[in-house]
Amino acid sequence: MTMTTQDPDQHLADLLGPPPADADMAALHARLTAQAEAAGLLDVAYRTLDTPVGTLLLAATPAGLVRVAYEREGLDTVLERLASKVSPRILNAPQRLDGAARQLEEYFGGHRQRFDLPLDLALASGFRRSVLSYLPAIGYGHTASYQSVAAAVNNPRAVRAVGTACATNPLPLVIPCHRVIRADGQLGAYLGGPEIKHQLLDLEAAA
Amino acid sequence: MTGKQPFEKLVSEHGPAVLRVCRAVLGPVDADDAWSETFLSALQAYPQLPADANVEAWLVTIAHRKAIDVIRRTRRAAVPVADVPAVAADPDDRDLDLPRSLARLPERQRFAVSYHYLAGLPYAEVAAIIGGTAEAARRAASDGIANLRKTHGTVP
Repeated sequence: MTMTTQDPDQHLADLLGPPPADADMAALHARLTAQAEAAGLLDVAYRTLDTPVGTLLLAATPAGLVRVAYEREGLDTVLERLASKVSPRILNAPQRLDGAARQLEEYFGGHRQRFDLPLDLALASGFRRSVLSYLPAIGYGHTASYQSVAAAVNNPRAVRAVGTACATNPLPLVIPCHRVIRADGQLGAYLGGPEIKHQLLDLEAAA
Repeated sequence: MTGKQPFEKLVSEHGPAVLRVCRAVLGPVDADDAWSETFLSALQAYPQLPADANVEAWLVTIAHRKAIDVIRRTRRAAVPVADVPAVAADPDDRDLDLPRSLARLPERQRFAVSYHYLAGLPYAEVAAIIGGTAEAARRAASDGIANLRKTHGTVP
């Protein structure tokens, strides 16, 4: 019997109260998220979404979508940053992300050219925020250079800062930093990885 | 940087242990409500919790308060009934009845056994929750285990 080699306290604990079934925990979790939302205590709701560019993490505050993150950013790391920068009241609560998930699926299917979602830019400030606010003006299937974006936000010499704003975009895909490329026509860096930037621009060129 | 874990982590890491504790002190019927009330209260208070706090002890403390509320509520609403028949003494079924026997222990023994053995809290933490000294908490737990041993030979 393996039981005899077990820690006696652990064995006793299992006799006193067996570990709850996963289904029981899932039901309680669903009830908690519903109650938290109703009580106004769900500061950040999140879910993951499987897409052609990998698993994405989507997070929203009551004000709107606050974060879209690629897998390579580390989902745990992203959640820990949200906890310290927005609020630690974070739950896996997919319902608030229904609209964002649906629109992203439509985008990857080639059926959506612009996103119509409330956005919360709490994670961007100052110059970065003004760059991000400008980016949706670059239309689907088009690209703009870092220089031209710097000029458009009235700071023509801030080319490097535009690059930083794109590299730290809290809402990639929805705020289309993938449409900003180098003046020489090369694609340049992308927070999801250069191959994904390529993939997105191909998708938009095909539609 | 507060360095605080996302609340979801607390639910996944400590949710099952807190439910075991709620079931042990309240029985399966009231345990779900106590668990829900515990985690909703914890979610509300979480931003104010010091970053170095012992999260499991904090959650069990809240669960204990919710359990006391439920016990008081049920006591007020209780209608006297004839004694429930004694549990079958079939030796093969004995271990299955252990949770039920635990639920019948005197309150302090039940709390001490649950918080020490199920939640894994040291006696100092158990004492902070149920009152009294760590030594008294240890005694309550060992009296509780001795009582369980009387009816269940298999208790180690």
